[in-house]
Amino acid sequence: MNRKSLLLLVLFFLAFAIRSQTTFPNNGAPHPRHSVHAFINVSLFLDYETFINNGTLVIKDGLVFAAGEKVNVPKEAIVHDLKGKFIYPSFIDLFSDYGMPETGAQRPARNGPQMQSNVKGAYGWNQAIHAETEAHKLLQHQKDKADEYKKAGFGIVLTHKRDGIVRGSASLVNLSNKKENACIVKDRAAAVYSFSKGSSTQDYPSSLAGSIALLRQTHYDAQWYATAKENRDYNISLEEFNRLQQLPSLFETRDKYDIARIAQLGKEFGMNYLVKGSGNEYQRISDMKESGLKFILPLNFPDAYDVQDPFDAEMITLSELKHWELAPGNPSAFEKRFIPFCLSSSDLKNKEQFFPQLRKAIQYGLSEKMALKALTYQPAAFMNVQNQLGALKPGYQANFFISSASIFDEGAVVLQHWVLGEAETFYDPEKPDVRGEYVLKAGNNNYKVSIKGELSKPESKIQVDTSNRKFTFSFAPPLFSFSFLYDSLKTVRATGQYNANERKITGRGQWANGDWFDFEMLQNAAADSATTNLKKRPAQNLQLGKVIYPFTAYGEALPESEGAFRDSWTAFKTRYKAILIKNATVWTNRGDTVLQDYDVYVVDGRIVRIAPNIDAPKLAFAKIIDAKGKHLTPGIIDEHSHIALNGGVNEGTEASSAEVRMGDVIDPEDINIYRQLSGGVTTAQLLHGSANPIGGQSALIKLRWGQNAEGLKYEKAAPFIKFALGENVKQSNWGDHNVIRFPQSRMGVEQVYMDFFIRAKEYKTLKQNSGKGAVFRIDLELEALSEILENKRFITCHSYVQSEINMLLHVADSLGFKVNTFTHILEGYKVADKMKAHGVHASTFSDWWAYKNEVMEAIPYNAALLTKMGVVTAMNSDDAEMARRLNQEAAKAIKYGGVSETDALKMVTLNPAILLHIDDRVGSIQVGKTADLVVWTDNPLSVYAKADKTIIDGQIYFDREEDERLKAYIKSERARLIAKMLQEKQAGAGTQKVKSKPHRLYHCDTMETYGKEVLNSSELEVHD
Amino acid sequence: MTKHVLYISLLFLSLSLSAQKKQDHIAFINATAHIGNGQVIEKSLFVIKGDKIESIMDITGIKLNPAAFDTVIDLSDQHLYPALINPNNILGLHDAEAVRATVDFAEVGQLNPHIRALIAYNTDNLIIPTVKTNGVLYTQVTPRGGLISGSSSIMALEGWNWEDAVLKADDGIHLAFPSNVEARAGESDEHYKKRLTQYTSSMEELHRFFEEARAYYNTETHPEINLRFEAMKTIFAGTSRLYVHANKAKDLLQVFSFVRQHAIKWPVLVGGKEAYKVLGELKQSGIPVMLNRVHDLPSKEDDEVDIVFKLPALLQKDSILFCLQLEGDMEAMQSRNLPFNAGSAVAYGLSKEQALAAISLNAAKIMGVHTLIGSLEDGKLASFVVSNGDLLDMKTNAVILACIAGKPIQLNNKQSELYFRYLNKYKLR
Repeated sequence: MNRKSLLLLVLFFLAFAIRSQTTFPNNGAPHPRHSVHAFINVSLFLDYETFINNGTLVIKDGLVFAAGEKVNVPKEAIVHDLKGKFIYPSFIDLFSDYGMPETGAQRPARNGPQMQSNVKGAYGWNQAIHAETEAHKLLQHQKDKADEYKKAGFGIVLTHKRDGIVRGSASLVNLSNKKENACIVKDRAAAVYSFSKGSSTQDYPSSLAGSIALLRQTHYDAQWYATAKENRDYNISLEEFNRLQQLPSLFETRDKYDIARIAQLGKEFGMNYLVKGSGNEYQRISDMKESGLKFILPLNFPDAYDVQDPFDAEMITLSELKHWELAPGNPSAFEKRFIPFCLSSSDLKNKEQFFPQLRKAIQYGLSEKMALKALTYQPAAFMNVQNQLGALKPGYQANFFISSASIFDEGAVVLQHWVLGEAETFYDPEKPDVRGEYVLKAGNNNYKVSIKGELSKPESKIQVDTSNRKFTFSFAPPLFSFSFLYDSLKTVRATGQYNANERKITGRGQWANGDWFDFEMLQNAAADSATTNLKKRPAQNLQLGKVIYPFTAYGEALPESEGAFRDSWTAFKTRYKAILIKNATVWTNRGDTVLQDYDVYVVDGRIVRIAPNIDAPKLAFAKIIDAKGKHLTPGIIDEHSHIALNGGVNEGTEASSAEVRMGDVIDPEDINIYRQLSGGVTTAQLLHGSANPIGGQSALIKLRWGQNAEGLKYEKAAPFIKFALGENVKQSNWGDHNVIRFPQSRMGVEQVYMDFFIRAKEYKTLKQNSGKGAVFRIDLELEALSEILENKRFITCHSYVQSEINMLLHVADSLGFKVNTFTHILEGYKVADKMKAHGVHASTFSDWWAYKNEVMEAIPYNAALLTKMGVVTAMNSDDAEMARRLNQEAAKAIKYGGVSETDALKMVTLNPAILLHIDDRVGSIQVGKTADLVVWTDNPLSVYAKADKTIIDGQIYFDREEDERLKAYIKSERARLIAKMLQEKQAGAGTQKVKSKPHRLYHCDTMETYGKEVLNSSELEVHD
Repeated sequence: MTKHVLYISLLFLSLSLSAQKKQDHIAFINATAHIGNGQVIEKSLFVIKGDKIESIMDITGIKLNPAAFDTVIDLSDQHLYPALINPNNILGLHDAEAVRATVDFAEVGQLNPHIRALIAYNTDNLIIPTVKTNGVLYTQVTPRGGLISGSSSIMALEGWNWEDAVLKADDGIHLAFPSNVEARAGESDEHYKKRLTQYTSSMEELHRFFEEARAYYNTETHPEINLRFEAMKTIFAGTSRLYVHANKAKDLLQVFSFVRQHAIKWPVLVGGKEAYKVLGELKQSGIPVMLNRVHDLPSKEDDEVDIVFKLPALLQKDSILFCLQLEGDMEAMQSRNLPFNAGSAVAYGLSKEQALAAISLNAAKIMGVHTLIGSLEDGKLASFVVSNGDLLDMKTNAVILACIAGKPIQLNNKQSELYFRYLNKYKLR
C-alpha cells in the first residue's frame, strides 16, 4: 500500500467518525446512511480532459472518494459493474429558472399610464428593478424539471427568477431530490440583469434605450446611496443593488448587438459580465472577442422552415435562412477564437433536444473536449466552484451521470444520474442486456427471436414459419414477458424468469385456446456489434454558406483572401485607396458653382483635387469612375431619421427622457440603411421620438452598411438631444386613456422646460460643490440638460405651430441656452424673423401637411420663405421611404418658392451639415473634405435622377452594378438554402411554420413596448 | 418668363371670367401637347369650344385665322397636358386626418356596397385646392373600411357642391379582398388560429354575399328590399366596376379566380404591389390594374431595392393596362404628388408619355370615363393643364393654366396666399 492509498484509507475511516449534525427533528429513531458506491469497469471522464477507459469511481456520502484507473474498491462499497457504460461529471447549466415561482403576467397594453411602481414597501421607484429577489429564498424542488435536466446530463444549475431588468441574485443549486437545504451550493452565486422589464406594469422603461438608461441610473443611484449615508431615505432596492455588486454578474441578451451594449456598461461601471448569448453571436464573432466578455451559449439551433409553398417561403428572409444553416456553428466559432464560453440547455423547447443539438454543434466543428469543458469545468470556473464541481476528483460533489455510450454518439442516452450520491434512474444501467439472437422453444415449436437496437428502446421480431412478425416484450428483471402472433390472428402470451448466467429465459405461456405450455428461450449469440453499437457520429463534410456583413440581404461575405480570423468589415470596406471620378458635372455647394466636365480625386477618404483632366492615379487599389453625362454631389444628409434603431424610438413614458441615448440602440442590420444608400444618403441623424417635451439623446451615423453599431457612428459628432412640442407631447392623438401624464396642453409644455432647466441649474451648482464634500448623485437626465446649458449639447426640437416656437425661444433666452434646430417647423415661416434673430436653424418637410390639426397651416413654401429670410434650412425625411428620395423633396423648394437649384440641393447636403455641426467635414465638394459623394444619372434635382453610386469616406457603399451582383447572390443563396431545407424535410427532419416578420418602421410618434410582441401590425399610427 | 406666364394666365382668366363677350371658342397655339395616349405634338393647335375639345393638331404649316376664334392664346414654350386623374383616393373626405370630426371616409360594418362616397365629398375641403394646382383635376372619391367599403365616384376637383362636381356617380364598388393569413413572428398559436378562422369566415361570407346578391339580381320581385343587394346590381349588370383591393401574390391569384367564379364583368385590381410575381396570370386574366403608389418601400427586406419603382415598367412591358393611384399613408395630401409618382417610374423604365398615360388616359379607361376625359382628343371635355415645364418633374411642374370642362380653375390656394402674406410681412417681394 503506497502512501497515497494509506491516506485515503485514513480519510475513509475518519469520515465514518464524523456524524453530521442536523437541526431537523426526527420522528422516531434517526436512520443515518453512509452509503459507499463503487462503479467499476466504466469508461470514466474524471474531468473534461482526463478519460479513463476502464476506470473505477468510488463515492461516499455524496462526495467523490476516489476515481481513476487503479482504485481499490472499499469493502463497504456497493459495487456497480458498468461495463460498456460511460460516466461523466454532471453538467452545469448557468442559465435556468429551475425551482423558481411563475412570474406574473404583464398588463394589457394601452389602458392608461402607470407612472409609479405598484410595489408597496420601502422599495425604489422602478418596478423592473428586483435587486431584492434572492433565488435561494424562492427555491422549491421541481422533480419533473430536475429529471428533464438530469436526462440531459445536467446535475447543477444556476437558477434565478427570470423577471425584470435587475433580477436579484441567482443561486447555484444541484438537482438532488433531497430537501432544498442540501441542494444549495452557493446561495448568492451571481447577480442577474437583462434589458427586458419583464412583469413590470410600470410604463418606464418602454424602450431598449430606456432599459439601458435605467440600469445606468440605478448604478449611479446606488453609488450615491452607499456614500450619502445621512441625507437620504432608506431604499431596499438600492441597498440590495449594492449587495449584488459583490457577486459575479450575469446578463441575459436577446441579440448579438446587445453584447457591445453590455461591454460598454461594463466599462462604465467596472463590471465584468458573464453574458447569456442568444445564439447568433457568430454573425459578429470578432465583436464578441473584442467585448472581452465571457459567454453562456444556448444550443437553440432553428428547425428548417416549411418551404413547400414558394410564395409563403418568400416571407423567410435570407438572414433567417442563413441562420438556420449556420447557427450550429456558433459554439465552434467561439472555440476557434479562444473566447471563453460555457453551454446551456436554456432556450430549447425541451431538454430532450439537448444531446442532438450538442452533437450538431460537434458536427459543425466544436471539439468534443471543448464541449465537455463548456459543460463542466468552464461553468464551474465561471462560478468559482471548480474545486468542488465539474469534475470527479476526491472531495468533489458526487454529481455524475452514466450514459449508454459516449454522449457524442447518436442515440446515446443518460441511464442514471447521481447527484449528491443519490441516483435518479431512467434506465437501470445494471439491468442485463437482453439484446441478442434467441431460439424460442414453445411446446413443440421452435422460433427464431431477435432483439436488437438501442438499449433503452430495443427493436424485436420473431420468425414464424418464414415471415417476420412483431415480438412484443417487457423486461423487469427477473421477469420477462412477451407476446406475438403465432398464427395470423392467434396470439401467444408468456412470462418467465431471466437467467443472466445461462442467458436464457424459462417459464410458462398460454396459447390462444387457453392451453398452457412451458417455454425456454435461449440466447445463441449476443447481438453482434453492428446491431448493438450505436450509430456513429456523422462525418463533418459540411458545405456551408458564408457569414455576410451585415447578416441580412444585401450584406456581403468577406473576400476569400482575408484569413479566417480577420472577419471584420474593414476587409472589404477599405477596398479603395483612391477614387478618381472623371468628367462629372460637379455640384460643389460652394456658392452657386456647378463645374462641367470636372474630375474629383479622392485619396484615403478625402477629396484631394478638383480639376479637369486629372491623370489616372498610378496607385494600387485605385478606382476610376467615368461620370461622363453624370452629376456628382455631396452625400445627402438626413437631419431627422428613425431608421437603424432597435427596441423602440420613444421613451415617451415621462415628460423628460433626457437620459436615454439612441446611440445605445443602433441597429446596423436595418435594410433601410441600404435602401437609403440607393437614394444617395450618406449620413443620418437618428432621433428619439416626439412623445415627450424632452426626448432622448440623438445619434449621428454614416450609412456604412456592413459595419457594426460603433462603426456606423459619426466620429466626433456634436452631441444632440431631441425636444418636442405640440400635439404629440400633450398626447392629443393617443386616445382617451392618455389624459394623465403632464403636460396635456401647450401651457404645460412651457413649464416642463422651466422646471427641468431650473433643476439642471441647481444640479450644476451641486455638482460644482461636490468636490467640497457635498453629497452628489449623478443624474443622467440632468447631466444631459446641464450639457445644454454649457453649450455642449444641442437641441433639435420637433415643432409645428408658431406659438410654441416662440415659447421655446423665450424659455431658452430666459434660462440661457440655445436652440440649435427646429425640426418639422411647419409654421416656421410665420416666425422666420424671430428664428433668424435667434440664429436658430430649420429642418422641415417639403410638403407634408393635413395629417393632424397642428399642421393645417403648413405650407410647402416654408423652406423657401425661411431660406429667403436667411434661416439655414434643411429638408428631412422622418420617414424611411421618403429618405431615399430626399433629392426630390429638395427639388420641391424650386417649385414652391423659386429657390435656385444649387440652394435646393444644399437643403439636403450642406445645410443639414451646418445644422449638425459637421459642415467642416462634409456637405460640399471641396479639397480637404471627406469624400461622401453621390454619382447621379441625371440632374440630382430631377425626378428622373437615380443615385448610381454612393460613396462614404472614399469607399463605394452603393453601386447599381454591385446591386445587380448582390441581387443575384440573394437569389442563388436563397435557392440553395431552400433546396437544402426541402432535402432535410424529405429526410424526416422537423420543420417550422413560415412566419412573416413585419419590419417596424419608426416615426416620431411610434410608441411600442420593447419586449412585448406587437401583434396588430395595422395598429393606428398617427404621423408626426 | 415668370412675367410671361403670369400674363397668360391673367389674360385668360379675365377673358373667360368677363361676361362682356362670349369666350366660347378658343385656340391655344404653339404648346408642346402631351396627348395622354403616348403621342406628343411639339407645336400644337388646340381648340376648345364650350366645354369640349374641338380639335388638336400639329400647327406646323397651318395658317391660322384669328377671326375664327373668340380668342387665340399663344402657349409657346409651354406644355399642354390632359387633366390628371387621381384614382382610388379619400381626397375630399377629410381635412385634418387625426381630427375625427373632419373624417368621413369609413363606415362601420363589413358589407357596405350601398355606401356612397360622393355624398361626403366636400368641394370646400381644405386639401383639394392644394392638389389641383399641380395638375390633378379629377379624383375618384373612394370609401374605405370593411370588406366591401362602398362605391366610389369620379369627381372634378372644383365645383359648387358634389352634385356639381360629379363626372360619373357610383362608377364602381370597392372590395378589400381578405388577405391570406401569414403567421407572424412572436405570435401565439392561438392568435394565429383566431386570425385564420377570421379569414376563412370572411372568405365564406364574401362568396355567399356575391352568390346571394347575384340571385337577388336575377329575381324580378323581392319580398323585401335589400339595400346592399340593390347596390350590387350594377356590378352584375356590367354598368359599374368591381374594384378589388389586393397586394400579395397569393391574394392576387385568389382575386383572379374570385372574379371568374362570380362572373364579374368589369373587375379592376387595385394595389397589386406583388403583381410582378404573377405577371403571366395577371395578363391572362385581362384585369386592368390601379397600381400601388410608386413612392413606397418594398414589402420585404430581401426584395429588390427598386422593385416598387420598377413595377409600372414591368406591367407596361407586358402590355397590361394600368394606372397609378396613391392609396396609403396620407393619401389625400399626397394626391398633389401624383405626377411625381409617375415621374419616378420614368427613371426605372417607363417612358415619359407612358408615365403620363398612367395618370390620365389609362385611369380614364380603367374607370370607363375615357370618352369624357383622360386625353386631349377631339370631342372630349376640355379638361387640361398648361405647365411652364415638365409636369411630371417637381423641379419644373408649374401650372399656369388649368381648365375643367372648359372652365378655368383657381390656381391659388390658401397655402400660396399664406406664402404671399408672409412675403409681404417680411418685405421679401
